Amino acid sequence: MDMAAQVIDLQKHYDLGPVVVKALRGVTIDFPKGDFVAIMGSSGSGKSTLLNLLGALDRPTLGKYIIGGKDVSLMSDDQLSSIRNELIGFIFQSYNLIPQYTVVENIEVPLHYRTGYPPIGAKESKRIEELAAMVGLKDRLDHRPFQLSGGQQQRVAIARALVNDPQIILADEPTGNLDSATEAEIMEMLLALNREGRTIIMVTHEPAVAKLAKRQIYMKDGVVAGEGVFPG
Amino acid sequence: MPNLLRTIQLALKSLMLHKLRSGLTMLGIVFGVFSVIAMLAIGEGASQQAQQQVLELGATNIIVRSVKPPKETAGSQSSSSFVLRYGLLRADYDLLSKTIPTVEQAIPIRELTKSCRHLHREMNCRIVGCTPEYLDVNHLALAQGRFISDKDRRDKTNVAVLASGSAQDLFQYEDPLGQSIKIADRYYTIVGVTRAREASAAIGGSMSGQDYNNDVYIPLETMRARMGDLDIDRTTGSFSAEQIELNQITLKINDKDRVEQTADVIRESLKQNHKSDRDYSIVVPLELLRQAEQLKSIFNVVLGSIAAISLIVGGIGIMNIMLATVTERTREIGIRRALGAKQQDITMQFLTETIVLSGSGGLIGIILGLMTPFAFRLIKVIVENLIFEDGIAGSDLGKMLMGMNPQPVPASLPIAFGISVGIGVMFGLYPARAAARLDPIEALRHE
Repeated sequence: MDMAAQVIDLQKHYDLGPVVVKALRGVTIDFPKGDFVAIMGSSGSGKSTLLNLLGALDRPTLGKYIIGGKDVSLMSDDQLSSIRNELIGFIFQSYNLIPQYTVVENIEVPLHYRTGYPPIGAKESKRIEELAAMVGLKDRLDHRPFQLSGGQQQRVAIARALVNDPQIILADEPTGNLDSATEAEIMEMLLALNREGRTIIMVTHEPAVAKLAKRQIYMKDGVVAGEGVFPG
Repeated sequence: MPNLLRTIQLALKSLMLHKLRSGLTMLGIVFGVFSVIAMLAIGEGASQQAQQQVLELGATNIIVRSVKPPKETAGSQSSSSFVLRYGLLRADYDLLSKTIPTVEQAIPIRELTKSCRHLHREMNCRIVGCTPEYLDVNHLALAQGRFISDKDRRDKTNVAVLASGSAQDLFQYEDPLGQSIKIADRYYTIVGVTRAREASAAIGGSMSGQDYNNDVYIPLETMRARMGDLDIDRTTGSFSAEQIELNQITLKINDKDRVEQTADVIRESLKQNHKSDRDYSIVVPLELLRQAEQLKSIFNVVLGSIAAISLIVGGIGIMNIMLATVTERTREIGIRRALGAKQQDITMQFLTETIVLSGSGGLIGIILGLMTPFAFRLIKVIVENLIFEDGIAGSDLGKMLMGMNPQPVPASLPIAFGISVGIGVMFGLYPARAAARLDPIEALRHE
């Protein structure tokens, strides 16, 4: 099966001087293309560390992380930035939009950091408009984040995650700050993206949300404690 | 960064987020650049004025003037008689004009202040006994009639040429030509009137400012024959007399390169006829020009240092604010890093913001600096109108202010702008690097 991403015996140790904390102690997971995985676990289980590594925000101490056919575990900071820009789309719990920018400008941000800095032209502008229309914000292009509801902000974040057409979408508690009606909307949007064939990795601690994913991975003490289709 | 315009646009957007803060930060640079340009303009104006004055005196001229010596406590000779005898002698004139080969022309002058009358109108005029060359040497021009001629000198005729001010005061709407005025009980026929000329300013301690407009010119020989060398001043209860043969000798030197050399020769020559050098002084305009230039360069160094300090203070202000901004926008930095920004992208972003800040501060400063001459005109009008209220215009400060005539130096504009951008780079680099080095995970977690 074609792999979107793959982690092999991933370990992450934090050297805190007198003690070495082993946040991840050998995690091996395959993420085939078109997968929708929910990663669950209590706090301290290592799921945030795993997400950071999957997001190429950090390098593993040991093990391999292969995304788009490339091993990123030994890459430089600049290379990691390019990986994040091109292969990964982030969706955060607290939306993380840039407050002084409008909807269009927020969606545009990843385009500024493309390799070689190609100018943003008509083609890109059209794509931004299409994405905004897709997430239902066509008539809010010039709004600032503070003028939008939580659900609308998260939709901007989804559009932003998609603008560079990434290999995988990483969602960190994407519905954590939303009410249940909006949560359903956002999840429906993610499911629709998954149906289009996009690979989604989602961290959540809400079983109801995790249930919507194709499969669930349970983390505990830095290792994968269980895996399977909910309620598996 | 190929998308330079977009980068600047986004930087402006971030700066506009805190308009007051950005504005206040910019003020440091605004004032720094403004003071650089304004001070250079004032310096340039003063220097141009000094050069103009010196040129009016003539760069190839040497002026020797009689100076009243300070009162001697144990008056050896002046106590024996009532007459104070000092100043340049006709013998000096002969000596200087005949023995120094580089002296092309020597023009002697005798000055007295006397009351002049025409009918019922009377005024105190400076009576200048002079030769025909006086007109050219002092850049005077005739409005009507003729100036004093060599024939007038030979014949000791009673003719006079009026300066515009004296003509105006004594004759008002009449035509002065051919009429006569009375000076010290004798009548003089008016043969010419000079054009108005701007007063020359004082130079150093040896030459006081001259207002040429209240002069009356008569032939030197006539003056000697009619008025003598003695100037007697009788006022209530006191009597004083001075005997001066010549008040000034203007020497024209034929070679500009030998002016200073000739001045040294003159200094030595005059010692022959004078016991001390306290009753005359030698003004060398060329030396004054050199001094003025030297003074200007000192002035520029001092102003440059002040401006540099103010710009550095402005830069520190920018750095301070940018460091605060980086802390405040840590989360934004995290977001950008997560979305693929490299360290250098973050550095460039914050550096651009700083440069936009300092560069626009520089532009505003340049505009303000260019407005200095207009501001000065306004200040002068205000000061002039205060003249009777508290006498600011009459004070030294007022006089200095009225004399200032700022001239913006064109070269200072691009330099000032370059410096303000440079300040932005210099003081923006550290905060920008600090922003770029933040750990993306930590930055994303930042509240």
